[in-house]
Amino acid sequence: MCGLCGVLGAEDHWSDAAARPEAFPPRAGAPGATRRQERQRRIALANRILQHYRLRLGDFEGRSYLLRGATGRQELVPHLAHLWAAAERVAGRPCDPLDEALIAALERR
Amino acid sequence: MAAYETLLPVNLITGFLGAGKTTLLQRLLRAPELANTAVLVNEFGEVGLDHLLLEPLDAETVLLQSGCVCCTIRGDLADAIRGLYSKRARGLVPAFDRLAIETTGLADPAPIVATLIAEPVLRHHFRLGSIVTLVDALNGRRQLADQPEAVKQVAVADRLVISKTDLAPPEASAALARELRRINPAAPILDAIADPLLPHELMASDVYDPASKSAEVQRWLAAGIAGAGTEPHRHADEIRAFCLTFEQPLDWTGFGVWLTMLLHVHGQNVLRVKGLLNVLDVAAPVVVHGVQHVVHPPTHLERWPDHDRRSRIVFIVRGLEQAAIERSLAAFHRQNDSGRDAA
Repeated sequence: MCGLCGVLGAEDHWSDAAARPEAFPPRAGAPGATRRQERQRRIALANRILQHYRLRLGDFEGRSYLLRGATGRQELVPHLAHLWAAAERVAGRPCDPLDEALIAALERR
Repeated sequence: MAAYETLLPVNLITGFLGAGKTTLLQRLLRAPELANTAVLVNEFGEVGLDHLLLEPLDAETVLLQSGCVCCTIRGDLADAIRGLYSKRARGLVPAFDRLAIETTGLADPAPIVATLIAEPVLRHHFRLGSIVTLVDALNGRRQLADQPEAVKQVAVADRLVISKTDLAPPEASAALARELRRINPAAPILDAIADPLLPHELMASDVYDPASKSAEVQRWLAAGIAGAGTEPHRHADEIRAFCLTFEQPLDWTGFGVWLTMLLHVHGQNVLRVKGLLNVLDVAAPVVVHGVQHVVHPPTHLERWPDHDRRSRIVFIVRGLEQAAIERSLAAFHRQNDSGRDAA
């Protein structure tokens, strides 16, 4: 837990690769991804999807994520498992990866 | 957290009422390699288990915050396993190296899986092992037709055992085996009467067992690919299995974003997902598998099992279209290059 702001550290999520070097032995010569790099990359990729819902994800203290909506509504997200439920609350609509409109938008990019 | 492979494995023995779960456990627990197995049972049946470590379970369920029905924590189960672990640590019971849980016939296995993976204390000491589902040759087909829980028990299984084949006509057993294969092509089907039911093959072989994980992955990939699309779908809600194949290495972070989003919305209908992935910048093939909303921590194989370097993912789903899932994952995959640039 952060002593200054009281934010609890997030539990591991199955998708955290940097936390599991035993499962993700890096390829020889490849740049090793740190937790921080992995978080930044996750934020960038999630934002590619979230922009379809006019949402924006950012880092919060290196431990959590801050999700912001177009109306200014925001939620703190501990890790990826909670992101999509929060996204639906902030966007006020379902976030379905099988939604035809979302897939078409992603295919156009 | 300790390496996942070193945690104590927990086997689930599921199956409908009268399928012979206790009889199977009785038979397996006689084997020396399962002598250090603790057992939790939902109810003491007519067939007694004469085992050193035997504990009963009561029913109590707690819904996880923002979870769905399949992400409930079974409070009774969590308490029972914690209690057992505490006794083990204090030397009050022998230091068991495996736990077997016999569920009630009507139990939905998903909350039990969620309890083991998500409960804050248990997840540091235990891991899910093979799920063994028994189906009765006499009544199995009727139960599968009438009871959604029975179909789910079959769909999430790692091993399927048909019991009472000596009491049913051979054609009934064969028809049941075909039905089981259609619902879950990735799990081997064993005959409780004709097959030896080796404890190691039934309980100990899984993707976290260093000795057997490569063979295990090869087996379910081969079965998943062969089983996909062999039977026509009868209606939209039918359970079906298919295998997606990707030529290009997958970006793990992007795959995680996609799969968590898919499981958030459709987890109740993604009964099983098992994949061997060629992950960008990772030398070894990565094994991923999940049950409904719950995804196990990934593991890797030391080497590729064959010359095929493509990512292969077997899905067992209810009412979801293969084409939609394939197109969605491909569309997400397209975002990866820009994600790399932005990061």
